[in-house]
Formats: sequence, structure tokens, C-alpha cells
Amino acid sequence: MSTFYFIAFLSIFFSILVISAKNPVHSILYLVLTFFTFTIHYILLNAQFLAVVNFIVYMGAILVLFLYTLMLINLNKEAEPVKPFMVKIAAVFGGGILAVALVSSLKLLGVSDPVVLKNPDLGLVKNLGKVLFNEFLLPFEISSVLLLSAMVGAVLLATKEKEPKATI
Amino acid sequence: MELIDLLIKIALIIVIFVISLVVAMYSTYAERKIAAFFQDRVGPNRAGPWGILQPLADGGKMFLKEEIIPTNATGFLFIVGPSLAILTACIGSAVIPWGQNLEIGGRVIPLQVTDINVGILYIFGVVSLGVYGIMIGGWASNNKYSLLGAIRAASQNISYEISMGLSIIALLMVTGTLSLGEIAKQQHGFWADGYFSWNVFKQPLGFLLFIVCAFAETNRSPFDLPECETELVGGYHTEYSSMKLGFYLFAEYINMFISSAVMATLYFGGYNFPFMDLIHSPNLVAILGVVALFIKIFMFIFFFMWVRWTLPRFRYDQLMDLGWKTLIPLAIANIVLTGIFMTFFK
Repeated sequence: MSTFYFIAFLSIFFSILVISAKNPVHSILYLVLTFFTFTIHYILLNAQFLAVVNFIVYMGAILVLFLYTLMLINLNKEAEPVKPFMVKIAAVFGGGILAVALVSSLKLLGVSDPVVLKNPDLGLVKNLGKVLFNEFLLPFEISSVLLLSAMVGAVLLATKEKEPKATI
Repeated sequence: MELIDLLIKIALIIVIFVISLVVAMYSTYAERKIAAFFQDRVGPNRAGPWGILQPLADGGKMFLKEEIIPTNATGFLFIVGPSLAILTACIGSAVIPWGQNLEIGGRVIPLQVTDINVGILYIFGVVSLGVYGIMIGGWASNNKYSLLGAIRAASQNISYEISMGLSIIALLMVTGTLSLGEIAKQQHGFWADGYFSWNVFKQPLGFLLFIVCAFAETNRSPFDLPECETELVGGYHTEYSSMKLGFYLFAEYINMFISSAVMATLYFGGYNFPFMDLIHSPNLVAILGVVALFIKIFMFIFFFMWVRWTLPRFRYDQLMDLGWKTLIPLAIANIVLTGIFMTFFK
């Protein structure tokens, strides 16, 4: 349990650093660390497959792409957009409301009853695969169609209009 | 876990660590000797007999050189880059089964640090993490050549990871497990049930795809565009000097060693060798198995070098075309064919 609290503290700490870091590349690197702590959370919950997939997909692919994009954009002091005064006022106001909501929800805070799994080894590949392909087959397949359509959309956006070939 | 078991584990980890470092060290020597042989030269022959101490001399030189951190570099990340590169290169060896269990004085010693049941995915995770070392280093150098090298490395790694993953899926359909220890065990001997037991004979196309992707993932020639010196000066390590540069170069050789070990385990039977059932002493089989595994690994390392000194480098668009338009469709076709074969012929 103490491991959980330590890792949870690290998750929150790094995610605060993500939004407070001035440099966007540092921000992404803190996000990488945040996702790494999530991986440890999954391992603590005995969900090995989820942990490794989180590691490969989020840390290894998606965040590399984030980093890739950010490195290509030249973000520095001169390029920083100047925000008008009204926007700053609105931001302060919005932040204040959020703080009130958070503080009031803190009052209702209590330790929740942890859900006890019927099968503690559910997170292992074999069990997870069986559950996914029996009980949750339809949602699983539908989500793959969703991903496919997103991919087709991306390809469509990326393809250029065919121009007539220039003769050299 | 008992104290003695813990001590054995720690000893095993240290031994594997030292072996990977020594192999990587002598890979640099082997590379130079092999390059010399291919180009009809002599190669390093000054330090010690046949230049055998050359890696030590190189290491000493790296350590003693002046440490330069460019003024405009992001100081902390500039140091994190090479550290991360060498770290991710070293942790991959944890799940590789180096041999069968040894039995000494009634105590069973597994020659694998840990047999987690998602071993292959762990290797994958480590490989995908490896790109961070290059990217962080390249960005933190604040040099356009370094940045371009880092960006190339990132896009190349991500592109080839996909086809690597797909080629592995076909292998998993055959083996039915993600644990490397289990996969090595399944390829026992050389001939079983009227067919070769090694996975390379069951998944020839998958192996071909995997080895091409392994070349790309380790940034070895003909895929060494991140450090393409004709276009990018030195690539992502242009600004590095001293041992930080040494770490980058060293990480490449460790990666080569680990990926050779993974390929040997997944496709070439790991520690298994022909006629192993004829030997009755299990300890002898285990030791010979380790030797067999290392012979396979060295053959793969030689193959890496052979390719490097034979083939010219790809152009960048050719690299991307090969990855996305050739390897991925082939990998998917391989999965479909494997599925059809398993449904109708088994």
C-alpha cells in the first residue's frame, strides 16, 4: 500500500510538472515520466499486459510522436503568442471556479471500497484475451473499426491532390 | 526468496552485464578487423598481439578526452541522452534465457534473470524506449544536424517497430506464448515430429522481416541514416565528445548484441542444439547450450557487420517506402498465411 501511495504521489507530482514546465519539450518529457508511473500502477494491480502495452504504445510511440512534432516546431520566446488582457482575466476566473469545485469536493472525500476482482489474475495475457474475445467481442471489434476509420481519415488528409506530371 | 537465491540472482545479473559489456567492447574490435578484411587491409594491430588490446586503448582514450558541453546545449538533458541510451541498451538482457537450468548441489539455478510471461513485449518496450536517448541527446545539443539526426531516428524507429510487431504476431500464433523461456523450450533439439523444431523453419518470412527491422532498430547500416555523415556531419551525436560519445557508440554495440540474442532465441532455437538428447548429463547440456547460444549470437553479430561493409546506405525516402509499403504488407500477409496454414493443416 505504501508503494501505491509513493507512486501515486510521483504521478501527481510529474503531472503537475507537465503543466508548469515552461519549455514544451520538458513538458513532454515529464509526461513520459507520468506515463511511466502509470505503468508501475498497472504492475501493482497485477495487470502485466496492460502495463507493457501502456509502456510500448504510450511511452514508446505516441509520446515519441509528440516529441517529434514539438522538436520540429521552433518554440521560443519570440514565437510565444501574446494573450490579451481579457483572456487572462477569464483564465483567472475559470481557474478560481475550478478551485472552488475541487475544494468543495474535498469535503466529501472518503476512502472508497476497493473492488475485489473475482479472478485476481485477470490482467495476465491469457485471461485478458479470453475475456476480450468472449464477453467483450462486439465492443472490441467495434473499437477496431473506429481506429481503422480514423486511420483512413488521416491517410485522406495526408494525400495530396494528384497533379499532372511535369515534363522534365 | 532465500538469501542464497538472491545472491545467485545478483551474481547472474552481474555476469550477464559484464558479458554484454565485454562482447560489445570486442565487437568494436571485430568490426574494425572485419572491415579491414573486407577492404583488404590489415586493421588495428598495434596494441598487443594482433591489436587485441585495441578496445581498451579506445576506451582509455574516450575517458581521458576533454569533456565539452556546448554553451547553448540544455545542460541536464545533454547528459541524460547518452545515459538513457546505455541504460535502455543494458536492461534488455534481463528476459533472455541464456541456457537450461543448472543443477549444482541439489540447487536449481535458472540461467535467465526473470521469465516474465510477457517477455517479448518487454523487449519491445525496451526497444521503443531506446529512441529517447537519441532524441533527447539530439535535441539538447541545440544543433541542427543533431536535431535532424534525432528526428530521423525517431521516425525510423516508429516505422520499423510496426512491422517488427506484426512479424512477431505471426510467431506468437505458432508458439502460443509470450514468454521467451517458454519459446526457447519449445524449440528443443533440432528435429521433432517430422519437422525442424526451430522457429526459423516455421516462420521464414517472419524471420526475414524481423532481421530487417532489427537492423533498422539498432540504427545499423544500411539503415544508419540518423548518423549519416555525408549529410549530417555526425548525426545526433555531432556535439558529443569524450565518454558521452563513447556511450552512444557503445550502446549501439550492446543493442546489436541484445538483438542478436533475441533473434537467436526467437528463431534459431536459443540454447538448443542438434543431438542434445544424446548427452545425458543435464549440466553438460546446459553448458553446451550456453556455448551454442553464444555461437549463434556471434554469427548474427558477424552478419550485422558483413551487411554494414557490403551494402550502401539507403536514401531516406527509400527507407520509408521499404518500411511502410513493403515490410508492413508482407508482415500482414505473413500473419494471414500463418492463420490459414494453422486452420487447415493442423
